[in-house]
Amino acid sequence: MTAPARVLVTKIGFDGHDRGSRIVAAYLRDAGMEVVYTGPWQETADVVALATQEDVDVIGISSLATDHLLLPDLMSALRDNGLGHVQVVVGGIVPDQDVQDLRSAGVAAIFHPGSTREQIVDEIARLAEEARAAA
Amino acid sequence: MADTVSPPDGLLQRLLAGQTIALAKSITAVENDTPQAAELLAGIQPHLGRALVVGFTGPPGAGKSTLVNALIVELRRRERSVGVVAVDPSSPLTGGAILGDRIRMSEHTRDPGVFVRSLAARGHLGGLSPMAARVIDVMDAAGRDVVIVETVGAGQSEVEIAEIADIRVVICAPGLGDDVQAIKAGILEIADILVVNKADLPLAERTVSQLKGMLSLREAGMAEVPVLSTTATNGEGVIALADAVETRAGTLSGGAVGPEERAARALRRVRRLLADAAAQRVRRLIREDSGVNVDDLCTQVQRGELGVNVAAAQLLQRLKEPE
Repeated sequence: MTAPARVLVTKIGFDGHDRGSRIVAAYLRDAGMEVVYTGPWQETADVVALATQEDVDVIGISSLATDHLLLPDLMSALRDNGLGHVQVVVGGIVPDQDVQDLRSAGVAAIFHPGSTREQIVDEIARLAEEARAAA
Repeated sequence: MADTVSPPDGLLQRLLAGQTIALAKSITAVENDTPQAAELLAGIQPHLGRALVVGFTGPPGAGKSTLVNALIVELRRRERSVGVVAVDPSSPLTGGAILGDRIRMSEHTRDPGVFVRSLAARGHLGGLSPMAARVIDVMDAAGRDVVIVETVGAGQSEVEIAEIADIRVVICAPGLGDDVQAIKAGILEIADILVVNKADLPLAERTVSQLKGMLSLREAGMAEVPVLSTTATNGEGVIALADAVETRAGTLSGGAVGPEERAARALRRVRRLLADAAAQRVRRLIREDSGVNVDDLCTQVQRGELGVNVAAAQLLQRLKEPE
């Protein structure tokens, strides 16, 4: 019996619209995962501390108002703090022109509007296994 | 926190040195009962018993997380390092969980003197998680001065915290209807300190006097249980709570709990762990109908030919002597 995937669902930056992140948190819970939910307004250093203490496999960032631009910083902060194995995904509004930058920074998946529950759950479950294997 | 991931064999040493990542990884190992866990638990045994373990329990919505947050502020002012074990329920259907206790503790996220770990109850009854006691031990071994354990929102029977914590704080809120009634039979009896949180609400004073009234009915000679009022959101009454915790800690021998009592508790804990593990195994065998045939017993019970207790006894016998 393997332990449930542990996922941190959070928001960085100034935007407080957290409905999307709550819905995704509920999806993941209903898929049998353990979701650490923090609410909005976290800073990069907060996310690093949260992911460290909670030893999560995947970090899901909800971004609706350009907060995804902070992700390259987050990715390098995670690597600098021994969390290079943790998979990071982002969901929400990510303009096409930013996709390549996020991918190059190491973001594992980007969920645009219209992503289905199944897509999100399956991809995060897969990434969680990958993270565990690499931990 | 700048340490990089190192080979697992150094984990114990790094845990004992108090490294944050090592603490997090050790908790994961223990929580998931990985092969590494046994080695870790054996390794930390000589280093246990230093932390003061403070349990927080009470009904959902009483303000446990918020009060824990406020207490951490005061403990940090007193230069204590803090570990928090925050337990939230798992879904009985999917096994999933939303762990949200630390939403209320976000002001401490980046303080290296505060380490919060959220645990899912994983089907365990009693207000904690199956491995909570071991997670507390790991935090103790990492050198945390105080380990705060927050149970799931508890009602009457979640008294498991009594066995695990050195000091038990039971929190209730005013105006939750028959809240006081609901807790009096179970968790009220295990309280070392009673707290009426949300003391800014109108019915708070009445709740305090109700609780004091209940305590006055206890047998003479029992340790005095202070009834405190707090407003966790603005910190009112929290200094008094920290004082009460430290006073109570002072009355316990050897800083926390005496070695004999600690050993007795550890034994009870292992016994319960074994019982839980055995029960889980039997439950799986019966439910999945693997290893032992139970169809005939089920039919007999269904027809009323056999009592449930008798059938269970026969079943256990069959498990002992496989067909």
